[in-house]
Amino acid sequence: MPDDNLVIAALIEKHQQTLLRGWLAVQKRDGGASDSGDADLSKRFLDELRAGTAAGQFNDITTAEWKGMRDLLEDFSRERVAQGFTPTQTAIFVFSFKEPLFEMLRRELAVDADRLAEQIWSLTRLLDQLGLYTIACYARTREEVIGRQQQELLELSTPVVELWDGILALPLIGTLDSARTQIVMENLLERLVSSGSEIAIIDITGVPTVDTLVAQHLIKTISAARLMGADCILSGIRPQIAQTIVHLGLELNVVSKATMADALALALRRSGKAVVDRARTVETRGSGE
Amino acid sequence: MLIELDETMPLRTSDDVVRVRQTVRIRAAGAGFTLVDQTKIVTAASEIARNTVDYGGGGELRIEVLRNGQRRGVRLTFSDQGPGIADIELAMKDGYTTGKGLGLGLSGSKRLCNEFDIKSSPGQGTVVTLARWK
Amino acid sequence: MSEIPILKIRDCLLVSIQVDMHDRLAMALQDDLTQRIVADRARGVMIDISALEIVDSFIGRMLNNIAAMSRVLDAVTVVVGMRPAVAITLVELGLALTGVRTALNVDKGLALIRNIIDNSEHPDAHRAG
Repeated sequence: MPDDNLVIAALIEKHQQTLLRGWLAVQKRDGGASDSGDADLSKRFLDELRAGTAAGQFNDITTAEWKGMRDLLEDFSRERVAQGFTPTQTAIFVFSFKEPLFEMLRRELAVDADRLAEQIWSLTRLLDQLGLYTIACYARTREEVIGRQQQELLELSTPVVELWDGILALPLIGTLDSARTQIVMENLLERLVSSGSEIAIIDITGVPTVDTLVAQHLIKTISAARLMGADCILSGIRPQIAQTIVHLGLELNVVSKATMADALALALRRSGKAVVDRARTVETRGSGE
Repeated sequence: MLIELDETMPLRTSDDVVRVRQTVRIRAAGAGFTLVDQTKIVTAASEIARNTVDYGGGGELRIEVLRNGQRRGVRLTFSDQGPGIADIELAMKDGYTTGKGLGLGLSGSKRLCNEFDIKSSPGQGTVVTLARWK
Repeated sequence: MSEIPILKIRDCLLVSIQVDMHDRLAMALQDDLTQRIVADRARGVMIDISALEIVDSFIGRMLNNIAAMSRVLDAVTVVVGMRPAVAITLVELGLALTGVRTALNVDKGLALIRNIIDNSEHPDAHRAG
């Protein structure tokens, strides 16, 4: 019926207070929080619902008339994610509106059973769409948060240490996957520039296995470092990894040392530095240092 | 798959090549690419853009920013009405060049991108499509 | 006369590439440098690319050309300031800088040139590529 939507909109307006009260009660009962913030939000939902239904169609909430409602639900989902609510608790907000709404419709349209059924059906479909939209926004927001956290974690776990003037060390620990290795290696190159270091010791003592992809990243990083005017020393290659590398037919083409200590000694030599034993003198303790 | 942005730029002069680099950089950055990924696609674009101007007699570039679910990508389509490439396989070999270049334009660009496609034949011009995804 | 200024530091020439290069500019730079190496009796040429966000095969070719010409004129070419993103991309691109040595920055570049000139025939561990 063409003027049905206007009737609905008018009914919502007429019974606004009752609907709000009923709705907040159901939200509280079914697990949504209930405080002044939610009351305000619920009122705004009703305003948008009135506006949307007055405009006409209940079938497609992706149209322009429903933009206000979509924005409202998107912001709402975002907040709920940030506050740590579950998807269900978030969607309850929308679905729980059915109860007070249908209660109201039953009273208003009691005389016309057919009309009542029709209205309940089309409003159910509308609210279902809105509820599903809320869940979709929630899911999208959660993915964004997880993505961001992953990024932060990756950045935190890239320890580049300055061992000496001009000598950096990158002790890699744990299993390396392609994404992490790329970020770690880029970080190393940035540090070479920012610290003006010409030697980087890449230590893989703490790496249990190296696969082709990781080995390729290593090789590319070493080539890139050389292109920039620095060089790398590999250290801590265990026998198993050495076998894997030969097995994979990879040409590492980089000096490698068994331990980081050996690598450091080499790096110091290359930098023109020497470590000497100072002759120990017998010191008299007590007065005067 | 959604096309978030679709624009076309002329590619006739060296200045156009410079503009192409700048625009591709902006689009890639806008699509959330990391600095390294931006550099890779801009470099690939520079290679093919130069080819279009130097060997293809000039043409145009179509830039599309795409969204496939959570992933976003940039697709570049270079087209010209030039002489075309007779032997594509040969042209794609590292070091092969008919001019004074280093012969890395096509093969190198392919390595820098996730997707690469080239259609060309003598007298039919050339179309090179590159895409990089975040 | 190219728009790119060429500075002289003792017996070295320093060029800082700041702008997006196109063909004419690159050709002019190569010409200018060659003339200046002879005119100033330069033993070293340092090219600062720290402002370059990308280096494609065209720029790579220019750098290789400059290095080749310098060598003929008995000068050493050192490229400094390559950005990590550029280095990573060049490796992927497969571009080798032949006859070009590299250093992290201008200071180290000058030291390297000094080192090479002083030990004229001594092979150097900083060869790029």
